[in-house]
Amino acid sequence: MRDIIKELEERRRVARLGGGEKYIEAQHARGKLTARERIDLLLDPSSFEEIDMFVEHDGHEFGMQDKKIPGDGVVTGWGTVNGRPIYLYAKDFTVFGGSLSKAHSKKINKVQDMALRNGVPIIGILDSGGARIQEGVDALGGYAEVFQRNTLASGVIPQISMIMGPCAGGDVYSPAITDFIFMVRNTSYMFVTGPGVVKTVTNEEVTAEELGGAKVHTTKSSVADGAYDNDVEALTELRRLINFLPLSNTSGVPEQPSFDIRDRAEDALDTLVPDNPNMPYDMMELVKKVVDEGDFFEIQKDFAKNIIVGFGRIEGRSVGFVANQPMTLAGVLDSDASRKAARFVRFCDCFDIPIVTFVDVPGFLPGTSQEYGGLIKHGAKLLFAYAEATVPKITVITRKAYGGAYDVMASKHLRGDMNYAWPTAEIAVMGAKGAVEIIFRSSIGNDEEIAEHTREYEEKFLNPFVAAERGYIDEVIQPHNTRRRVARSLALLRNKELENPWKKHDNIPL
Amino acid sequence: MFKKILIANRGEIACRVIRSARAMGIKTVAVYSDADSLALHVREADEAVHIGGAPASESYLVIDKILDAIKQTGAEAVHPGYGFLSENRAFAEALDKAGVAFIGPPAGAIEAMGDKITSKKLAAEAGVTTVPGYMGLIEDADEAVKIAGEVGYPVMIKASAGGGGKGMRVAYNDQEAREGFQSSKNEAASSFGDDRIFIEKFVTQPRHIEIQILGDKHGNLIYLGERECSIQRRNQKVIEEAPSPFLDAKTRKAMGEQAVALAKAVDYCSAGTVEFIVDGDRNFYFLEMNTRLQVEHPVTELITGVDLVEQMIRVAAGEKLTLQQKDVKLEGWAMESRVYAEDPYRGFLPSTGRLSIYRPPEEQVANGITVRNDTGVYEGGEISLFYDPMIAKLITHAPDRTQAIDAMSQALDGFRIDGIRHNIDFLGAIMGHQRFRDGNLTTAFIDEEYPEGFEGAPVSPEREKALAALGYVMMRRRLLRATQTSHILSNHEYQPDPQMAVQIGETVLSADETDDGVMLDGTPLSVATDWLPGDLFAEAEVDGQFMKVSVDALPEGYGLTGGGAMIAVQVRSMTAQALMVHMPEKTDGISDRELICPMPGVVVSVAVAEGDAVKAGQPLAVVEAMKMENILRAEKDVTIAKVLCAQGDKLAVDDVMIEFE
Repeated sequence: MRDIIKELEERRRVARLGGGEKYIEAQHARGKLTARERIDLLLDPSSFEEIDMFVEHDGHEFGMQDKKIPGDGVVTGWGTVNGRPIYLYAKDFTVFGGSLSKAHSKKINKVQDMALRNGVPIIGILDSGGARIQEGVDALGGYAEVFQRNTLASGVIPQISMIMGPCAGGDVYSPAITDFIFMVRNTSYMFVTGPGVVKTVTNEEVTAEELGGAKVHTTKSSVADGAYDNDVEALTELRRLINFLPLSNTSGVPEQPSFDIRDRAEDALDTLVPDNPNMPYDMMELVKKVVDEGDFFEIQKDFAKNIIVGFGRIEGRSVGFVANQPMTLAGVLDSDASRKAARFVRFCDCFDIPIVTFVDVPGFLPGTSQEYGGLIKHGAKLLFAYAEATVPKITVITRKAYGGAYDVMASKHLRGDMNYAWPTAEIAVMGAKGAVEIIFRSSIGNDEEIAEHTREYEEKFLNPFVAAERGYIDEVIQPHNTRRRVARSLALLRNKELENPWKKHDNIPL
Repeated sequence: MFKKILIANRGEIACRVIRSARAMGIKTVAVYSDADSLALHVREADEAVHIGGAPASESYLVIDKILDAIKQTGAEAVHPGYGFLSENRAFAEALDKAGVAFIGPPAGAIEAMGDKITSKKLAAEAGVTTVPGYMGLIEDADEAVKIAGEVGYPVMIKASAGGGGKGMRVAYNDQEAREGFQSSKNEAASSFGDDRIFIEKFVTQPRHIEIQILGDKHGNLIYLGERECSIQRRNQKVIEEAPSPFLDAKTRKAMGEQAVALAKAVDYCSAGTVEFIVDGDRNFYFLEMNTRLQVEHPVTELITGVDLVEQMIRVAAGEKLTLQQKDVKLEGWAMESRVYAEDPYRGFLPSTGRLSIYRPPEEQVANGITVRNDTGVYEGGEISLFYDPMIAKLITHAPDRTQAIDAMSQALDGFRIDGIRHNIDFLGAIMGHQRFRDGNLTTAFIDEEYPEGFEGAPVSPEREKALAALGYVMMRRRLLRATQTSHILSNHEYQPDPQMAVQIGETVLSADETDDGVMLDGTPLSVATDWLPGDLFAEAEVDGQFMKVSVDALPEGYGLTGGGAMIAVQVRSMTAQALMVHMPEKTDGISDRELICPMPGVVVSVAVAEGDAVKAGQPLAVVEAMKMENILRAEKDVTIAKVLCAQGDKLAVDDVMIEFE
């Protein structure tokens, strides 16, 4: 018996070494941690329970039968983050470069199945050279098995991908299906085809960082939702994000004791909107002054900065915030902003997280580049997302809510539960100048008449009261009371019941 | 007494005047420009009159507009504050003509003291010591040497048209005087096209010390002690105090009597200030007289107990001074810090914008310590680019200088401003500076002590330990609360390991929880604090020492600001800390060599030219998009290689606007 125990310990020791000291050192030299070090940082100490530690591949081509390492390049299991369970898999770059074999993919599949069955989030830590080429089609099949499970789990349990090294080819599609992707600056990259192939096919010379580094994916492509300076910071922030997220679509939102005052008045908000309608202001100030303790986890903060999305808490319970940002492009809705917000709204709706929307939107961005790029369909994504969402929806219009963008931004007509407006709100088809030039076309050229009509239009429409008289706005509120109003509404809406008609699934304009 | 007065000013001084007037039962009228419609002085006054555009030249400086406002409201008197029209003879005369009292000195006194040459002449005639020198023109080097000898070395040889240090030489002997004369003359000719030269005594170890005087219309004049304003940056006063740590009773009396003599010579009444330069041997020389209320008047108020604004109003109404020279007693010590909207970490670059957070320390009188904050702003208000960048004047008063300084340090630690950059850290650093605490001041203090600019106050090892201990306790609160989230695996709750590592800069300390605080690298430190996640300030008693810091949450710890420095306290699990060695050095991440247009728009202006060296945060260009002006700023210190756009250019996203070297 004692010998058996000794053998277990010895086998575990060997498995934990992965590819061995030399490869571990090389991993560290690149500024990266090993799979097990990463798991140690992500999970509560001693909470990790490893699954399939001794799995080995069964490849026998190209001499692979003589090269076997227990675990086969991926560490899988479950543990807790602040006491809440998660499943995870972490690719081990020290073992065959973290490449995916049939056995490797089966390990991932096993934890994917368990996570889905048990209603627990799953985190993937990616750092891999791609497919185990020696295995050929088995590796390809393995990828697809992962994708299939990612897809079935989508909207049932939160899935997050951490890109902490190379992630190319077949490896990129699993993260792409999951809910959030985070990267580490300078040590991670993602692309479908690498710089070598790019050079051969298109003659374009580009580095891995330029092709798919964290900067590219957080600012240009929007593939990634955030980037961090190093592994330690990335995993610390991941722990923070996990605390905002439900375990599954039926678990209900997480709640923690709040140290904040629920009806905290913020007098400075009364002067947030400048007198001059063409002056920008920082919508983030409103977000930070409304959420508990100023704690806001922003998603995609470097992409489509004309809209802010992210998680905060009100009275300790998670809330998704969507807010136009007048500081960038006047807070206009363009294709990028619409897509960014639509995906976030749908995530919240999947997982029962209430949505609070702050509106200051001058409309959709005009121009050929937008129209050629399919603004109609991208804008419709956000419209669709808000319209189908059944979670509590609270909207506060701070200033402009013009035209179609008014409709889109969680308006009353899209089943908004409570639609508030600040006294500075202007709910209209368009700004005064544009409107007057259409209604009074004959006056164009007569500056005096135009000015008179403009004044008339401003008086009539550039306020919240026309909409409030029609019930499109439930209540005009004092800006300094915004947090109190939102908190009370959310408290009331905890038991909201609303269902969409049965369908196999919807057909969002992708 | 007047029933209603108008304040022809804005900002903190307008609010200050309103406060005294209100206490006297006098109604107040504020005036405001387009930029000030929501300003604090408008909110606090009983009435407010709009007087024009945002630039002062269209509003606060237009005499007719003030006169209109007076007519409109029936104000009987006008307080001009400081700056703007406060030392404008025409304004005082216009009021006189309109039959409205000017709360200030007679027009003649303003005129006489407004001119540097006349005032100096008048001063000399009144028996006031002026800097010895020869005001006439000097023909040649021989004459220069002769005059220098008469004045007494060291001397300053100065170009008449001089400025900015050009055409100025200090000479300690005949040889240097001869050479200095020639080079000054050459430089003056080439720089100003005017080679006139004069010579005056060079004052060594100069201090700026000024005498507050107060007079009525009945010939009574007294002096209310001095203020020392030696802590200046580019002639802008930063810290003032009263009394001066340098004057003795004899010098004080001599200066005071000379100041009164000068005031008498010009039939002065109301409050005024006679500025002197004082050398290392307590020789003092007249600089100029300010015929108005000074920015730094509160320090005098706190050591004399006299409300200067109230006195000015009473004098203007014709009342006699009830105070005589023998009644003037200087009690305790007062300190004033000017909180400016400028970034000491970036060459004191001015900053404007919205005060998203503005939490001054509480004004109070307790245990012999007074904390007073004179301000013209409020949270959510704006620091406009049109006016003076002063946000507030923080004033403390205590029985002695050290206590006044300590009270100021504490008050600064409890002052929080977000949304714009400010100099609170710089002020805090000076309060902790040994040379300042020793009272060893000269007007060159800032240049001498911060020759390379400001990088935050040095932090003592004890304070660093205290901050580490506090940061640890704060982090524990954050981590323990995170474990109280719902959906925990029941019966498998997680208890975060109290053994952690605390990193400040390169220093890493081990930390563990004790009954009353922290075991830090084997040394127990007691920590008592009410701080909870979300609080902007942390007040704590660490090892018996009280401290207050401003708090910014970081991913792995807290930024704790106080005592003139922001210290990042990183608190990690032992596991995480051990793995930090593998993490790559942080690069600043900004490798871009170009400014790229972030949005389609029109270039409104370009603020830089080729070859300019630009500091991070400085504006590069303004682009209008969607009818909004967006200021594009340098993300780091750069030199401009090429400007590729011009005003009026229409740009698309990602168009290159400026190339850097």
